[in-house]
This record gives sequence, structure tokens and C-alpha cells, in this order.
Amino acid sequence: MSHEKETDQVEDKLYGLLAEYESPGALIEAAKAVRTAGYTKFDCHSPFPVHGIDPAMGIKPTILPMLTFGAGATGLGLAILMQTWMNNWTYPFNIGGKPLISLPMQIPIAFEVTVLLAAFATFFGMWGLNKLPQVWHPLFGNDRFLTATSHGFFVAIEADDPKFDDEKTKATLEAAGATAIEEVRYQTSKAHRALPKGVIAMIVVSTCVALVPFAYIYKKRSSKSPHPHYHINPNMDFQAKNKAQTASDIFPDGRAERLPVDGTVARGELKADDHFYRGLQAGQWATEFPAEIPMTQETMDRGQNRFEIYCSPCHGLGGDGQGMIAQRADRVGASATGWVAPSNMTQASFATQPHGQLFNTITYGIRSMPAYGPQIKEADRWAIVLYVRALQRSANATVQTDVPADKRPAIR
Amino acid sequence: MSSAESATAAAEAREFFKGISDSVCGVVESDTAPKIWLPAFGAAVGVLGMLVVTLYILFTTGVGIWGNNNTEAWAWPIVNFVFWVGIGHAGTLISAVLFLMRQKWRTSINRAAEAMTIFAVVCAGLFPVIHTGRPWLAYWLLPIPNDMAIWPQFRSPLAWDVFAVSTYMTCSILFWYMGLVPDFATLRDRTASKLKHTIYGILALGWRGSARQWHRYERAYLIMAALCTPLVFSVHSVVSFDFAVGQLPGWHTTIFPPYFVAGAIFSGFAMVLTLMVPARAIFNMKHIITDLHVENMCKVILATGSMVGFAYGTEFFIAWYSGNEYEGFTFLNRAFGPFAWAYWTMITCNVIVPQFFWFKKIRTSPFIIVGLCILVNVGMWFERFVIIVTSLTRSFMPGSWHYYSPTMYDATTFIGSFGLFFTLFLLFLRYMPMIAMFEVKGASHHAHAGVKH
Repeated sequence: MSHEKETDQVEDKLYGLLAEYESPGALIEAAKAVRTAGYTKFDCHSPFPVHGIDPAMGIKPTILPMLTFGAGATGLGLAILMQTWMNNWTYPFNIGGKPLISLPMQIPIAFEVTVLLAAFATFFGMWGLNKLPQVWHPLFGNDRFLTATSHGFFVAIEADDPKFDDEKTKATLEAAGATAIEEVRYQTSKAHRALPKGVIAMIVVSTCVALVPFAYIYKKRSSKSPHPHYHINPNMDFQAKNKAQTASDIFPDGRAERLPVDGTVARGELKADDHFYRGLQAGQWATEFPAEIPMTQETMDRGQNRFEIYCSPCHGLGGDGQGMIAQRADRVGASATGWVAPSNMTQASFATQPHGQLFNTITYGIRSMPAYGPQIKEADRWAIVLYVRALQRSANATVQTDVPADKRPAIR
Repeated sequence: MSSAESATAAAEAREFFKGISDSVCGVVESDTAPKIWLPAFGAAVGVLGMLVVTLYILFTTGVGIWGNNNTEAWAWPIVNFVFWVGIGHAGTLISAVLFLMRQKWRTSINRAAEAMTIFAVVCAGLFPVIHTGRPWLAYWLLPIPNDMAIWPQFRSPLAWDVFAVSTYMTCSILFWYMGLVPDFATLRDRTASKLKHTIYGILALGWRGSARQWHRYERAYLIMAALCTPLVFSVHSVVSFDFAVGQLPGWHTTIFPPYFVAGAIFSGFAMVLTLMVPARAIFNMKHIITDLHVENMCKVILATGSMVGFAYGTEFFIAWYSGNEYEGFTFLNRAFGPFAWAYWTMITCNVIVPQFFWFKKIRTSPFIIVGLCILVNVGMWFERFVIIVTSLTRSFMPGSWHYYSPTMYDATTFIGSFGLFFTLFLLFLRYMPMIAMFEVKGASHHAHAGVKH
């Protein structure tokens, strides 16, 4: 309560004396007289800049041009730095092999930014130095003063001036040719000087409203949601087209994807050679390797390489069915849920299978084993078959049948 | 001078100052606008509505609604952009360049011309943005840090354009507002309405015409003029770089910057006259915007129009003298090719029409002035059309040659931009001081009343 009382306290206080003059010339003379009389806290008011008033009042040149120059130089430096940094360091643009840092290309933007910052400094610097915007001033309470922005010429001397003396000051102003002199009084109540409540409310409300989008974006960016992205603009994210493996009402069979016409054969897809592509010789499993597969060390190495990539995870590096996955499946008891353990290909029953049957199993898979036809080309599948044959033979080897006679003593 | 004489001079001066305030503020203070204002404003808003509808269709459908095609990717949107930017130049030229040259007659028209500049640049800025097709991504033009860690390519004249036009827009607004503040203070101090007092009070920033403030204000005004003068020349030069830096025949010429600037001033002054000759009659401002001022502007149009005509001749001469067959073909194609009608419209309106301003009788007949000025702007629009369309539709490879025809939406976008311009301009005329009162007062001989020499 006591605080409220203090702010509402009204005290009629003298701001100073306001004298009106009839013309710009008279204003200059009055300013000279006031200054000569030794006053320092005074000002002249006119509807337009009166030329000759500055020397009469002793106004020192403003530092504004320095601010402009400083801001302009800053703008120039910043623009060059910005272009160099953005186009040379952080994201180098190679345009036809031209040098990355080149001043001529930077001139237009450097010029524009220089002007921009200089203009900002001039504009805001001028208002700042003039201590504007100002919500309240004692002079605005005087009705006569209202013509100062239209056709009146005024001198105002503040009561704070050390030389101020009501009578003497009045006499000075009158002697300078004043057509009217008035005392300007004002109330020291804070409420009087404050911004109107409506204006404050408007500033607060508009500031809050302006922050809402940023708060919303911040919240969206920092939280998770099960919903798809919110598309302010859909751009081309949603298109009226069929995607793979989807349904469509256009065709009677309800598929979006179309099958090729019956009998269509793509280039290089005829695959007429039964032996090479399907492992068949005269309708039976081939017992020989096709002619396209050379029986060389390279084919064997290729087979080992492919086997270790595609087959060993289940069948093990030795083909014994003890790969990492098989071991893991055993441990977790996967057979209870339909898992069929990979075969031990070194068993006799596999060793006697024809080459073509092994080839066919790789192509189409069997039991838990998926088809590898789409992943491994025919030549590589044959190479794997060759390598499996080597594994089978080495697993069932005996000294008598598989080791040359001259090497046998070394093994014993 | 006797004391009686000086007293009369002082009284006359006060009467003059008050008269200026009365006539200029009267327009704003009056409860009723001139009879023609409301229908004009209604028409402008209607045309603006057409623009809004067109933009809605454009944004929801895409740039395919325009006549732009692969060959003619720039087409009308860029023609309109250059057209509006050019118009904008007169305002800054009048307020800044003529200020530095101490041309006192500028004070009667600089405010309206500056407003025209800002509104024209608003219209101009619209076109490149909507021409991108996805205007909601227009912020990509600016060097803003982003997730993709990419930046504008500063070797491109299109990036220069972004900086030039936005700097121009910003500086024009600052300059314009700075000039308005003392006049807003006049309106604030004259009004009896509490609402107007609050609004103009906020806009006037507490200005009270103090000599100490005027001192800094005048210095700031001079600096702003000095900054805006090279700026205005840079802006249209940069716009011309959009063409001149490209390698297309008919674009790749060093004459473009000066020729574009002259054309901009030419079209801008024509626009100022088109607007201000009727406005001064409707709002009774003939004693402030005098016949002499109108004549001066006509002379500027004559001078810049002749420069533009000279530039056309130079272009043609260089096309032949350079011995470059592509350049030569382009210019023959302009004059005698499929777009010859556009070329000769341009020559008629820009070279022949301004020559009428040699005659004083024409420089003092308001209707003829407005008519000729409208023709000048028709011609200047066709100049940009000729430059953009003829060069793009006849580039190096005959395989990409094409004729270009606009669609209905091209027309509604362009005409709609006039709706935007006139809506803003008519609001300005009605609610803001259309004449810089303090400058007119300060530039008159009455400003020296009672000054002892």
C-alpha cells in the first residue's frame, strides 16, 4: 500500500521557462543572447532545422559520422570474412577451377553489407544520441509548445541550470524579443511518465504471441512422437503413385506391380543351358561339372571365398554343420520352434550326392536353408560345389587312398 | 530592413509554415477522403484480391500455370521483377541524389517518391520469390546456418541480387521513416483525437524539434543520403549483372549497368509523375508541388529517355562492330524476328515518346504528361521483355529455340501486383503526410525570415 501511495504522489514542479519567438531569425538571436548570458541547460525548438542555430547555441559537431564509419568498416570486414568462410573454408565451392578466395567476386556483397551496417548505425545511432524514443517530456504538457512542430519557434531554459533565476531569466528572454513567456510545470508522478497501460499490454502480448511459434518449434524438436512428421507444406512427400508390393484397384488382379507378358525373356536371361544353370544332364542330376567351370586352383579359391561368406555361418568352416549360427541355435533350443539344424556335409550321404543336386540345393535352399540363387551367380555356385567336394574328401581322407606314397612317411 | 518590415516578413513566414501544415495534415485529419479516393481504393483492393487468388492457385498448383517453359525459364516473373525494381529507383534518386545536389524542388515530391520506392520494391521482391516455385523455402537465399551445412554461392549474381535488393529495401524504409518522424510529430501535436494522438505519438518517438536533436538529425539525413546514392546505383547495376554475367548473346555486355540505371530512373520518374500529377490535383497540393517541379521531372525523363535511346543504338552498333555472329544475330532477331512487335513497341515508347517533352506546352499539360508517362512505363516493361524473352528463346543451340506465350495467370499476377502497389500507395496518401512538411518549410525562403546577415 505504501508503495502505491509513493508512485501516485503528485508534485507540481518547475521544469523551466518557455519563450516563444516570432521567426527563425529571432530564434537565432535569442539563442545567442541566452548563451551569452551564460546558460548551458537550454534548448531551441523549431518545426524545421534552422540554419545558423548551431553556432549560435554552441552545439558541438556530433560523433555520428564516426559511428557510421565504424559500422561501415565492420560491415566490410564481416562481409569479406563471411564470404571467405562460407565459400572457401566451411563449404568450398569449386566453380570452374577458379580460385576459392577472390576479392572481385566479393565486391558486390561487401559493398551492400557495408552500406547496410552503416545505415543501421546512422539510423539507430542518431535516435540513440538524441535520447529518443522518449515517452514523456515536461514540454509536452504545455499547450503553446504544440506549435513547435508546425510554425512556432521556442527557447526553453531548464530550472536545473545553475544560472537559473525566475525573474532574471525571464528578463533575458524578454530582452531577446520573446512574444510570450510561460513557466512550464510538470508532475513528478511516475504514473504520469509511464507508458500508457494499453501500450505496455500491447507490447507484452505481441512479444508473447511472437514467441509462440518458436516455443512450439522448440517443443516439437525436443520431444518424441509416434505420429508421422507434421508437414507444413507437403512439397512432394505424398505423390499419387503406386509403390512396390502394394495393392491397386486399377487392375483386376488387384496388384500394383505388373508381371511381364508370358514368354517374355529379358536380355541375357534365356538360360537355355540346363547343365550350367540348373545342374541337370539329360533330366538327371549332373554328375560332371559344366564345361564353363575350369578345374583350376582359382576356381577352388573362389569357391572357398564364397563358401566362407555364404555357407560357413551355418555349415561351419569345415562344412560339418557346426557354424556359429548352428551352435547358437542349439544353445537356445531353436529346434523346438521348427529350426532344422544345418547338415553335416561331410557325411557319406552327402559325399555321394551328384554335383547337380548340391548345385540345386544352393540355388533353391532346403528345409531351414533359404535360396541362395538370387545372391550367388551360377559360376560361383559351381565353385562352391567344387570346394564342398574338396571339404568332403579331406574330411573322409585316409592315408592309403589320399596321400601320395612318397609323402606318407612324413605324416606318420 | 526596418523592424516593421521584418515583423511583416515574420508574420508571412508563420502564415506560410502554418499553411503547409494545414494543407498536408488536412488530408490526413479530414474525416472524409476526396470523392475519388474510396472508389480508387476499392478497385485497388479488388485487383489485389485477384493477385491473392492467383498466388493461391500458384502455390497449390505450381509454376506450370505460367507460360514459362524450359527455354524461357525466366519469362514474365523476372520481367516484372526488373520492371518494379526499376520503378523504385526514382524515389531514392529524388530523396538522396537530388538532396546531395541541393535541388530544393525535390522537397515537394520526395516523400511520395520514397513511398513509391518502397511499395515498388515490395512488388519487385514478390516476383523472384514466387518464381522459385517453392516460396516457403525462400529463406534458403540467405546465409542461415542449417542442418545441411551448405551456404549460398557468392560468385552468383543472383546471390548479389538478394543482398542488393534487401539492403535497398531496408535502407529505403529507414530513410523514409526517418523523414517521417518530424511530420508524425506535427500530426501528433495537431490532432484532438486520443487514438490518433497515441498512434502518431508512438510513430513520432517523442520528437520535439529541439535544435540539439535537429543537429544530429540533419547530419544523419545527410549521411543516409550519401549512403543511399551509391546504393541506388549499385542495386540496378547488380540487377543488370543477373544478365551481363551470363554468357547469352544480348546479355553479355558491359553496357548493361549504366543502361539499366538510366532506364530505372527513366521509368521511376515516369511513375512518380503518373502518380503525383493526379494526386496534387485531387488533394489540392498545386501550391506545393508546383508546375515548375512537374516540368523539372519531365526534363529528367527527357534526359534519361535519350540516354536509354542512345544505349539501344550503342548495343546495336557493338553487335555489328564486335564481329560476333551470335551477338549480331540476336540483335537482328530482336528487330526483325518473331518478337519484332515487342522491340518496336519498346523503341516507340522509350525513344520517341519522351522526345515530346522538348516542348514546354506538353510539359505543362497534365493529361498529356500522364499519358506519355504511362507509355514510357509500357515501353520500359517491354524493354525487359525484349531482353529476357528474345535472348532466351534464341540461345546458341537452335534445338532449344522456342516461341514464348504467357498464360492468363501471367497476366493476373502482373496486373495483381499493381493492385498491391496501389493499395499501399492509396493508404499512404490518406493516412500519412504525403509531403515532407519540415523539408518544404526549411527549403523555402521563409526559413530565413528575420535572419540578420
